Amino acid sequence: MSDALLEVRDLSVRFDTPDGVVKAVDGLSFTVGRGESLGVVGESGSGKSVTFMAIMGLLNRAYTDIEGEVLFKGDDLLTLPQSDLRAIRGEGIGMVFQDPMTSLHPLYRVGAQIVEAIRAHREVPKTEAWKEAVEILRLVGIPSPEERVRSYPHELSGGMRQRVMIAMGLVLKPDLLIADEPTTALDVTVQAQILDLIEALKQELNIGVVLISHSLGVIADVCQRVMVMYAGRAVELGSRDEVFLNPVHPYTWGLLESIPQGGAQSHRLIPIEGSPPSLITPPAGCRFHPRCPHRFEPCDVERPALADRGSGHLDACLMTSEAKAAAWAGRQARRNAVPA
Amino acid sequence: MGRYIIRRLLWSIVVIVAVTLFSFLIFYVLPSTDPAAAFAGKQQTAELKAEVRKNLGLDKSKPVQYLTFVKTLVVGDKYGWPGFNKSFNTRDGIHDELFRRLNVTLQLAIGALVIWLIMGVLIGVLSALKRRTKWDRAAMGFALLGISTPVFFLGLVSLFVFWFKLKIAPGTGFVHFSDNPGQWFTHLLMPWIVLALLFAAVYARIVRGSMLEVMGEDYIRTARAKGVPERQVITRHMLRASITPVVTLAGIDFAVLLSSAVVTESVFNIPGMGAYVLQAVNNQDLGVVMAVTVLAAFFVTLASLLVDILYAFLDPRVRYT
Repeated sequence: MSDALLEVRDLSVRFDTPDGVVKAVDGLSFTVGRGESLGVVGESGSGKSVTFMAIMGLLNRAYTDIEGEVLFKGDDLLTLPQSDLRAIRGEGIGMVFQDPMTSLHPLYRVGAQIVEAIRAHREVPKTEAWKEAVEILRLVGIPSPEERVRSYPHELSGGMRQRVMIAMGLVLKPDLLIADEPTTALDVTVQAQILDLIEALKQELNIGVVLISHSLGVIADVCQRVMVMYAGRAVELGSRDEVFLNPVHPYTWGLLESIPQGGAQSHRLIPIEGSPPSLITPPAGCRFHPRCPHRFEPCDVERPALADRGSGHLDACLMTSEAKAAAWAGRQARRNAVPA
Repeated sequence: MGRYIIRRLLWSIVVIVAVTLFSFLIFYVLPSTDPAAAFAGKQQTAELKAEVRKNLGLDKSKPVQYLTFVKTLVVGDKYGWPGFNKSFNTRDGIHDELFRRLNVTLQLAIGALVIWLIMGVLIGVLSALKRRTKWDRAAMGFALLGISTPVFFLGLVSLFVFWFKLKIAPGTGFVHFSDNPGQWFTHLLMPWIVLALLFAAVYARIVRGSMLEVMGEDYIRTARAKGVPERQVITRHMLRASITPVVTLAGIDFAVLLSSAVVTESVFNIPGMGAYVLQAVNNQDLGVVMAVTVLAAFFVTLASLLVDILYAFLDPRVRYT
């Protein structure tokens, strides 16, 4: 654990709303190491983005109740004074947001926005900062960066804008890059380029990367470790191979079954029945149990902790290893039996 | 951009011509009263009225009167360019008096503009940042008061309190800057504030709404995420994005104000355009009414053109073709 860059312990996030308290994140723990990439996957509303917004201190604390510990290089970000936290944002942890159209300020040149990030942390002359902005744009693969640096966001394509976002997230060489759905708004071809870029930069700069996505495909492409989230909790956490080849949580199974696969292995897509639960009145016990076809006696009362339950990686399902193996085998057999 | 401006300028001319035509119709053709009657003295005879009508140029046919008006306007008259001919009332050229009064009104309006922009933006921003607190409620309460209090009431009350009772304000009237700068300032201060309050209230609401909208934008989150200090997030990111509608509105409001500060000018006895046109209407001084109308139309079209050009500089996404 000593090499952990980011260590989150028992993080809970609650929002006060007129309809009641939304328990968006509930007792979440995980770590990200240097040079490691963690993929966070889950449906919309599973608490992926909120988790990292909370970590960055981007949630309005007046309406949000955050508990737990977020250790970044030993400092607890949740109790750090604003000024120290500000120093970490951008320089310690870089962040790339989902929609590059709305995440860049429409009224400033992209260069100016990168320069602003640099000068928020370092006292460098403007001309030097602009040169740095050109260099980082070159690094993220923007053609003729000397000209593009003077463009406004609306003059760039979606892929270019996302590269600018990544450049902005990386320009201060942070130790950790949090990319929140960086490819969701992009074409599939551009998506692959951006993911390759993030991977290459991770190697080159030896940084930790958190990739948040609702797409298992994207996660499988670049992440060494995977955390599956459901209704504000982690339900499975392990290496990529463990989670994809030997999944042990029924929710992960459901996610895997709903990915389209081309080629000889093509099969029917099986949706997960039902819809995500209300986070104001979440189900007791395992939050997935109302939608789980394998639920049994204690699922609706006993909250399963995230632990190694005999599979070699962490999961939060009360079934025994044998029952899980049998259930997963059964589901795979049934799926392959149905002609596409 | 150049072509756009030329096209807009041509359109402005069309608008101004249309304004002259309609105001001519309204003031010269439609009324059933005879302006000559007002200037023919107490013992009016038919010959006397005909004489007056001839002197005022009202004996010619309506189209000829209109064309004469337009011609004078375009080529000017002996009083200067643009020509507005003579006042029915003083029998003196309108041109000089009009621009003298425009000068006074400009001083009133510019001062008010500065005050209302500063107040409106400050109150709007604070209100948005402190939303749903007592500050916000107080600011919006002030805004409601400012919007709903008539200017004449506010003007008279402030005169009563600060001049009549407290004796700290110098009272009504206007002193030229060149005569006495100190007196100039103190005499204009209260009219500025009274006039500005109404607009400040409206602008505070606009800025507040605009700020609240911008505060929820993704790019504000981005700015915070890259570690930009909060002050800078507010000024460079939020305010910069929410100021555009204010600039657009301020240009037009300012132009409209030049001919519509009637009430303020009357209450504080300031010899501006508004007071001029009010006097003219009371005296059936149609030449002056027309002159003020045309000048006002000119300023409004000019302001809307300037605002549109300015818009392209404020928001790089706007491009005119």
